[in-house]
Amino acid sequence: MKFAIVVFPGSNRDHDAWHVVTSVLGQSAELLYHKETDLKGADAVILPGGFSYGDYLRTGAIARFSPVMGAVRRFADRGGPVIGICNGFQILCEAHLLPGALARNRSLSFICQPVTVRVERADVSFTCASHEGQLLRIPVKHGEGRYVASEDELDAIERRGQVLLRYVDERGEPTDAANPNGSMRSIAGVANERFNVFGMMPHPEHAVEDALGGSDGLRIFESIVLARFSVSKSAEESATR
Amino acid sequence: MRARVFVTLKPSVFDPQGRTIQEALHTLGYAGVQDVRQGKYFELELAAGSADQARTLAAEVADKLLANPVIESYRVEVD
Repeated sequence: MKFAIVVFPGSNRDHDAWHVVTSVLGQSAELLYHKETDLKGADAVILPGGFSYGDYLRTGAIARFSPVMGAVRRFADRGGPVIGICNGFQILCEAHLLPGALARNRSLSFICQPVTVRVERADVSFTCASHEGQLLRIPVKHGEGRYVASEDELDAIERRGQVLLRYVDERGEPTDAANPNGSMRSIAGVANERFNVFGMMPHPEHAVEDALGGSDGLRIFESIVLARFSVSKSAEESATR
Repeated sequence: MRARVFVTLKPSVFDPQGRTIQEALHTLGYAGVQDVRQGKYFELELAAGSADQARTLAAEVADKLLANPVIESYRVEVD
C-alpha cells in the first residue's frame, strides 16, 4: 500500500510519518511537495503535523489553498482515505473536508504531553485495528487544538457517529481535567460523513515503538492498512464469485 | 480604494485571549472593563471603481480567506 505524505512549507512531522509507514509497517510512502497536482497512485494520503506557512493568519488557512489540495479533495471525493494529524487536521477543517475548526487552546499554552484518548467506534477505516472503548496513550503537541463547532453541528456529528477519538482520563471518562485544550465534547479526532477523511490532534506517529514510550499510535496506521486490504480482499471475492 | 475588514470570533466561541486581556486590565485596576474580545484587523488596498465594488471584493476576500466562517464573523468598512 502506498501512502502519499504531503509536505507544506513548515510541515515538520512528515519524516515521522514516513518512518511509521516504511520502517514500522513495511508499506511504501512518497513525500509529496505541496505544489504537486498528482497523488502519484497513492492509496492513502497523510497531511502531517507542523506549522504550515508559519500558522500565519490561522493554522492551516493558507495551506488549504496549496495546489496539491485540489488532488487531495478529488481523491477524498472518490472515497480515498485521508488522515490529517494536528496541523493536517487543521488544514482539513479549513478546507471544509472535515466539519468544525481548531482554535487556540483555552489555557493559551502550547501543550506537549501524553494524553489518553478513547476509541469511540472501531468499525471504520481509521480505528478498525483497535476496539470500541479502547484507551490509547498518545502525545499531543499543539497550541491550537481546541475543537469548536456550533452546538447544532456537534449534535449532528455525534448523532452520525463521526467522533472517533475522545480525550478521557485513565478510567476512560471524558472529564474536563482530561481535556488538554478545551475541545468541545472532548473531541480529539473526527471523521467526515463518509468516514474516509479523518483528523486527529494527537500525534499517533510519535507513539509507534517502545523506544518512543509506547506504540498505541500504531493502531491508527494499522487500521488504514487493514481497511485497505479488507476492501481489496472483498473486491477479489466479489470478482471471483 | 481602501477597505478595512474586522474579523472577530462569533459570540458563542470562547475567547481565551480576550479573557486574559480582561483579567490583565483588572489587575491594572480597570474594574470597569466587563468583557474583552480580541479580533483581527486587515487593511486592503483595492483596485475598485466604486465603494460598492470595493465592499463586494473585500467581502469576497473575507469569505474566502480572511475569516473562518465556522468560528468567525466579519464586517467591512470602505473609505
